[in-house]
Amino acid sequence: MGTLAIPETKTMLTLPGDPIRQILWRFADRFDLQMLVQSARGVARGTVARLVAAGERNTHEWTAAKDDMLDAFDRAGITAAFMEPEEGGFITGPKNLALGLAAFELAWVDGGAATASLAGFLALSPIHERGTQQQVTRYKTLSAPPQPGEDRKPWRGAFALTEPIPYVGVDTGMLSGKVRVADWKNGAEPILQVEKRGRFITGIAFANFVTAAVNSDDGRLKGSCVVILEETDPGTFDRGTATKKLVHQLSSTGDPVFNLLVPASRIVGGYTVKDGVIVPNFNHTEIIDAVFRRTRVPVGLMTAAKLLSAVEPVVRYQRQRFRGAEGARPGSVRYEQGIQQREDALHRLVDVWATGEAASSLGFAAARLFDELDPLEKQKTAILAERGVSGGRAEMKALKESEQRAIELLKLKPGSPRRTELESDPLVQYVLKDAEANVLCPATKLWNTGHGANMMREAVSLMGGYGITEDCPGFLANKWMDAQLEATYEGPEAVQRRQLTVTMTSDVFLAEFANWTTEMRRIASSRPGTGACTLASAMNLWAWSLNYLQHATDPTGSKLYHGQRQGVTFALADALSWLVASRSQILDVVELETRGAADAVAAEGLAGTVQFLSDLCHTQAAQAAGEVSRICAELVFGYTRHPSWDEQEHRNCFLAAELEELEETMPGIMAMAVDVLQPDGSHPAKAGPCAGCAGSSEFLRLQSKLTTCLTGARLAKDRAADTVSKVMIPEALDYPAAGPA
Amino acid sequence: MPQPLQIVVCAGIVPDPLQTLEPATSPSGPAIKNEMVLPAVLDPWAASALYEAAALAAKNPSKLYLVSLGPKAKLQQVMMTVAQKVAFELVPIDGPIGGFPDAHSTSAILADTIAAIPGLDRTRLLVFGGWESASRGAGVTLQLVGERLGITDQFQGVDAITLRDDGSFEVLERVEGGKHQVSICAGPPAVLGWATGNLPEPRNNPQIGMSNMRTMMPALQRAKTTALDSTTLRYVSVSLPKQQRETRIEKNMTPDSIAAELVAWIGKDS
Repeated sequence: MGTLAIPETKTMLTLPGDPIRQILWRFADRFDLQMLVQSARGVARGTVARLVAAGERNTHEWTAAKDDMLDAFDRAGITAAFMEPEEGGFITGPKNLALGLAAFELAWVDGGAATASLAGFLALSPIHERGTQQQVTRYKTLSAPPQPGEDRKPWRGAFALTEPIPYVGVDTGMLSGKVRVADWKNGAEPILQVEKRGRFITGIAFANFVTAAVNSDDGRLKGSCVVILEETDPGTFDRGTATKKLVHQLSSTGDPVFNLLVPASRIVGGYTVKDGVIVPNFNHTEIIDAVFRRTRVPVGLMTAAKLLSAVEPVVRYQRQRFRGAEGARPGSVRYEQGIQQREDALHRLVDVWATGEAASSLGFAAARLFDELDPLEKQKTAILAERGVSGGRAEMKALKESEQRAIELLKLKPGSPRRTELESDPLVQYVLKDAEANVLCPATKLWNTGHGANMMREAVSLMGGYGITEDCPGFLANKWMDAQLEATYEGPEAVQRRQLTVTMTSDVFLAEFANWTTEMRRIASSRPGTGACTLASAMNLWAWSLNYLQHATDPTGSKLYHGQRQGVTFALADALSWLVASRSQILDVVELETRGAADAVAAEGLAGTVQFLSDLCHTQAAQAAGEVSRICAELVFGYTRHPSWDEQEHRNCFLAAELEELEETMPGIMAMAVDVLQPDGSHPAKAGPCAGCAGSSEFLRLQSKLTTCLTGARLAKDRAADTVSKVMIPEALDYPAAGPA
Repeated sequence: MPQPLQIVVCAGIVPDPLQTLEPATSPSGPAIKNEMVLPAVLDPWAASALYEAAALAAKNPSKLYLVSLGPKAKLQQVMMTVAQKVAFELVPIDGPIGGFPDAHSTSAILADTIAAIPGLDRTRLLVFGGWESASRGAGVTLQLVGERLGITDQFQGVDAITLRDDGSFEVLERVEGGKHQVSICAGPPAVLGWATGNLPEPRNNPQIGMSNMRTMMPALQRAKTTALDSTTLRYVSVSLPKQQRETRIEKNMTPDSIAAELVAWIGKDS
């Protein structure tokens, strides 16, 4: 009988499938999201993959074939995922996880397709977040795909913030777009004249409406705002020329010019008239802050998807690399394992895979967090409005007490009677989630896309020369290049680091971070193979370094932790991002181990899958620990001037004769002294006497502990590599490679 | 105008055809290696039957059921896609996966389940299913289901059905040489084993999916667990057809001579 016996094993049997992912990313009980995933996957690996394979990325212009992709989004329910059921959607409640999952599935094949879908949501987001009820109803209903029996084209939108250099881009405050009062008849709605030039505006080729950020150029209108422009408004609605992008060619990008007359009711969120002046209820900064903190998360998930999508094609390429050659007979190691005979190939793929898992875990954790935060934010606004508090600064002031209560809650022991009272306070819950979201969102955008782009390069390199051809299965070279745009748009890396500089030092977040460190130690005690202990040690080192740097000065007396000192703050933000990604990955695997057995499909081979994913966690935690150790050491020691061989420093050195005398009373001291001056004044050949650093002993203790905590990390990597060499993969990729259409 | 029909589609789930399928021996007999962990799809032959049934129901308002035997957790996964295609009521049976159970045992369970569907009018019944299967198709399951339900009008290799105003219907069955045999059936009940039909796979529509899911999830929770009799059938050997790969590096042949060699090679098998 030509069959194999099924072995009893703890090795992962197949690539993690939907049942595993649904538990890891916490949507096993959400069939609406599971259906969205399947639907988006169908479009991605069908319509989108065929477009890419047929070379549709080779044109900058918006083509009929690319337009068909939007119709496919509509038919598959991807467009409707943003809408409420009464607006034509099918998902009730917050939709951050839903949009993240859809973007993930589309980016698995092509980042531009994912961007094309997200751009429509981005245009609607200002209206969704801050629009009046009338605006929400009008634009979301028009943008919903037609219902059965309806014969209409859904409206598409574009979000216009970025302007030609030197105006708004990385600095969102420098607006050149202008709005003036064109006509204001007594008792009638004011008519506004809006002038705006856009740059790199996504979705502009087909937009029916635009949400544009503009500044007032008229004393009768205060501050800035976001206005809604429609293509049929009187005036100029020029879509401009297509941007000659080298990436994301399945999304439309251009530099439009608008000069339009619109009613003042198009100001997003409405306005009030005070002393004859139109005062928008929200300025453009308040609106874009609310929008971007949510839409940046799916962008981070797009890069995560690319990394995980690279695993299967790379494994197939590695295994099949020598098949067909005379020396590689079926059954031989060379035939069966190909390049996977070599440890390096396996280890590098493990690194790519581990990064993809960590990036996905972080992104989905952030998306879920925003789903929790959305209703709390509405509740917070309502409570504060009842107290007569509204607006950014007033709200911040009013929440100070809630912040103290939140910190108190975080420090309470389990079982404390006060815990229930504090936990049931919606303002406390809001403050806690908000502090966490203010870190996880920029960390997702920064780390997933920035480090993710580097690791996509690694994935491409694993395919050899094939990796940088159009024929490469999985379109890996496209994905590598696309990742660079994902690191740039919706706020480049510097913007994310700047945000983290502020949010990671919030007292609430730091109290949460301390609890996370304890949590990792607790996980480590029951699941030592996850690398949670390594991570906890790295978290301790980061927290100590942050505290040290917040109080330390450089040799000139200037503060080290300062908004302008990005050499310090940005590096710490990078280090934190490594930590939160690794933490999310570990928490997901714990979730799988806890809940997997209850799911009949996930339970099959669960032990092997958990073992492999734990080994990836351990590998990633070790990487994160290494990065944190390097960054923190450089910052803690790097801002102290190195001692030199000058007269003053010589006073701190031993003289050779002096040492000889001391040796008589303290035998062995000569062996320990490193900075010894000879009788002729010469000194050891090095930069200067060895440096010390105030407080360095505690840092070195923590760093030394961290170093020993790496114990076992490479064994985990070896185990993961062994699994990568054995795991069963499908016979072929489920979407086409490039070639004749 | 024909009267409303009751259409029951019998459809199993099979591993995604792109997966690596390797026979293995399990404690209960032959199996596919790691089959439970592999992604599954609705058997493509039965899926054609489902889409044809939905198209028929759209033209002639009818009640559409999908009876499916498989592990219910796996069925639930597959339904996340299938439920978005067309509107139907799922009648799940929680049972083993794989193409190796005895067709007689399987057909008995399917027939009993169909007969037990509340309010089913068997005089208006059309039983649809796949003529073949993407797993190890015994080729007799659907016929046996019909026999057990007492349905004697049976058609296999069906590519089209056209209802007539008098309640009769015309069926096209595949025969040799790419031709169809045309039959006129006086009316239901009947069994139709579908070939590929003529319809494309419907696009996903999450709103249909959400509507289906309202009845599907409770049905999956209530699904009865069934054990199939595995003692009546013994397999002597199980293997998959192996794909042949013959690679030769040629540097000096012209495209025309390569094409000529390929044509000659193809011609050898015909």
